[in-house]
Amino acid sequence: MTVLHWATISPFLLAILIPFLYKYARPIHTGWFVLVLPLVLFIYFISFLPITSDGGVIEYSAPWVPSLGINFTVYIDGLSLLFLLLITGIGSLVVLYSIYYLSKKTERLHNFYVYLLMFMGAMLGVVISDNLIVLYTFWELTSLASSLLISYWYHRKKSTYGALKSMLITVFGGFAMLGGFSLLYLMTGTFSIREIISQVELVTSSSLFIPAMILILLGAFTKSAQFPFHIWLPDAMEAPTPVSAYLHSATMVKAGIYLVARLTPVFGGAAEWFWILSGIGLLTLCWGSISAVRQKDLKAILAFSTISQLGLIMCLLGLGSASLYFGYGTESTVYTTATLAAVFHLINHATFKGSLFMTAGIIDHETGTRDIRKLGGLMTIMPITFTVSLIGTASMAGLPPFNGFLSKEMFFTGVLNATELSIFNMQTWGMLFPVLAWIASVFTFLYCLIMFFKTFTGKFKPENYDVHVHEAPIGMLVSPIILGSLVIIFGLFPNLLAYTLIEPAMAAILPTLLGGDDVFKVHIYHWHGFNPELFMTIGVIVFGTILFLLMKKWAQTTIYLRERDPLNRVYDGTLSGLATGGNKLTSFYMTGSIRHYLIYIFSFLVLFIGFMFVRLNAFAFGGETAPITFFETAIAIVMVIAAIVVALARTRLTAIIGLGAVGYSLATFFVFFRAPDLALTQMVIETVSTVLFLLCFYHLPMFKQKFENVKFKLGNLMVSLGVGILVTMLAISSHNSKLFDSLKDYFVAASYDEAGGKNMVNVILVDFRGFDTLFEILVLGIAAIGIYSMIKLRLAKEEQ
Amino acid sequence: MEILISIVVGILFTVGTYLILSKNITRIIIGTGILSHGVHLLLLTMGGLKQGAAPLLGQEAASYTDPLPQALILTAIVISFGVTSFFLVLAYRTYNVHGTDDMEKMRGLENDE
Repeated sequence: MTVLHWATISPFLLAILIPFLYKYARPIHTGWFVLVLPLVLFIYFISFLPITSDGGVIEYSAPWVPSLGINFTVYIDGLSLLFLLLITGIGSLVVLYSIYYLSKKTERLHNFYVYLLMFMGAMLGVVISDNLIVLYTFWELTSLASSLLISYWYHRKKSTYGALKSMLITVFGGFAMLGGFSLLYLMTGTFSIREIISQVELVTSSSLFIPAMILILLGAFTKSAQFPFHIWLPDAMEAPTPVSAYLHSATMVKAGIYLVARLTPVFGGAAEWFWILSGIGLLTLCWGSISAVRQKDLKAILAFSTISQLGLIMCLLGLGSASLYFGYGTESTVYTTATLAAVFHLINHATFKGSLFMTAGIIDHETGTRDIRKLGGLMTIMPITFTVSLIGTASMAGLPPFNGFLSKEMFFTGVLNATELSIFNMQTWGMLFPVLAWIASVFTFLYCLIMFFKTFTGKFKPENYDVHVHEAPIGMLVSPIILGSLVIIFGLFPNLLAYTLIEPAMAAILPTLLGGDDVFKVHIYHWHGFNPELFMTIGVIVFGTILFLLMKKWAQTTIYLRERDPLNRVYDGTLSGLATGGNKLTSFYMTGSIRHYLIYIFSFLVLFIGFMFVRLNAFAFGGETAPITFFETAIAIVMVIAAIVVALARTRLTAIIGLGAVGYSLATFFVFFRAPDLALTQMVIETVSTVLFLLCFYHLPMFKQKFENVKFKLGNLMVSLGVGILVTMLAISSHNSKLFDSLKDYFVAASYDEAGGKNMVNVILVDFRGFDTLFEILVLGIAAIGIYSMIKLRLAKEEQ
Repeated sequence: MEILISIVVGILFTVGTYLILSKNITRIIIGTGILSHGVHLLLLTMGGLKQGAAPLLGQEAASYTDPLPQALILTAIVISFGVTSFFLVLAYRTYNVHGTDDMEKMRGLENDE
């Protein structure tokens, strides 16, 4: 366990202390204690920047379950460090924001910060782990923490609904991912990501390549809210806004992106990987941006916007993986632009989406509503919030000079380059990429306009709000201001990021493209000249503005008015269908009737053993048998008649007499078959049992004295006939296939010499196999005690 | 003889199973009694029938029947007697408490706790 290990799990350790801090330091907002940790971690992780910028990596291993190859290995390269800085940096800002957002007096802060720290630790673990199983463990912890945070206000029905939904969907993906990881282990024999990458040809040549890829992508897509698993994200907006800002825009939803980027060296270069990633990404992009336009709630718009931007990043990672197909060389460098854009947009999205969520939270906090139909005219009342929102929205819409503009330009470059790909059937389908991307950008621009103008412009109507509307306290504004400034700084000086973060991250995603000491040379320009990308951007702005101006015309269409995603109906239907279906199935066979259960048991017995009998052709007839004599046959006939009388008896007495007749016939058989002790016992026991039966009947309550006629049930008869025939077959066949001699000779020889007795049966009972007898006595004793207590004990009141 | 007895055993099993599947609790207990008779007879048959004198060394016979199955059956008889008597008293208690001997009425469905 090195310092790095402790740093990774430090949030968990602090989480243990939080309840005590909350209880014993009530005057101070618990958030201040929490704030220290991400700040320290952020500074600590910054100290690794020089190492990764030079292409170095840091790796330490600590054993966890070494016998299974599971070690807690921390591994930092450009990609991990980028995420580590995002998590701790935005984490600090979110904690600061939450200190002002959540009231010390009314909220259960200890819960909130324990969950938040748990999430932070889990997320650090996901991005720092080199071992797939450790990664998976932390991955599920993020799902758990996320659900806890969504249901933070657990008295609200919608919160628990959203938490359950996100849990079900992300854990479904998590399990699929675990399956994929196991397949990777089967192929390579190791859980270490680096070792898997170093023997990637084992993976690519394996028949398990596609299943492993699809299972792992299921995990990544559910976590990163890709189509059609995106439906949990809008419902996760029931969480407190700091949570939405942190988990559902900047960090957790990027865990899937991280996983895809991390495993690109393993799966990248395959056509399936390329198509699934870029196709689903593009679909999510369009679906999310079109859905966002329909929303009336600020956070819902931001949720769908997040979905659409995540789709954009996923699509770019897919396009970028094409470069792996070409390998090291000049041809691939064109396509690495997409990977560059993905990494760059990842950073940009975290900054502007974080700030937008925070401003939305401020508006909610200060006005009491997030409904854009009620909001309006806040520009002069909340000038700082307005400014930060303007920057964030402009960046999201892709306007110069903000960072969103740069990444959008690179995105267009990426999709345009994709049309020139000569692989993976891109000649036929390639043109779809820029067209769909362009349409999605128009809608992105449109919802940015709607969100911004509906909130801040227009006339201020005080009657719309329940509270006195004013600007937020400065403490709440600090975090969005910092993020907004970063939007501008990264927009004006993008190359600050290029050498420090983007190049090492690209080197981690596309390691095989670098020969020797090469590094990616990234330089981001504002001005490319008059190229197609620029005209596409101008087109986006023009069409977006036109659509916004004409909004009154299309705002009344039913499609626009329907806010909820139609896929929710599939989710809800599946869930309730599973519940009712499971209910029906269970109540179909769990009837509570013992008769039914016995029929299942007997039928299974008959069918299973009967099937094996036929299958193995186990019938055996003939062999040595004793001669049939008159007296025995007569007794057999008596016994059969007595048994049938019992079965058909109309009164209880007949049945009991019949049972006695069967018992005495059995005793007679024992006599015939040379078993004197058995005959004696059977005779006595049968007598006592008959007396017991009669005694019991005497004590029966008066009603239902009349013994009911047996309802002739064909089913019962079939089952019992089956059992009878099966037993007869078994008896005959096994009698005729003797595998070895019995122990008879031993008992004959040893009874007198060793045990000193001449009655062999008795010698066996008390000497050779005395333990049987001991416990048989115990059984009788227990039965006696049981009977005594059943008669004597009357615990229930009504019986007293 | 073994084949004949095997058929008798089969009939005992059929009757026992048939009774166990019925609604009335008394018939079920009678069914278990018949079933255990069937099992005992089956055990004896499997050991082989009439292959010599009774297993008493004083007989000075050339061969004896197998004593081991007899010892097993003796144990089984005693145990099944214990269980049957326990069942009987249990049925008696059930009558007392629930006032019915119909298994279909003893389902413990939702209205019954």
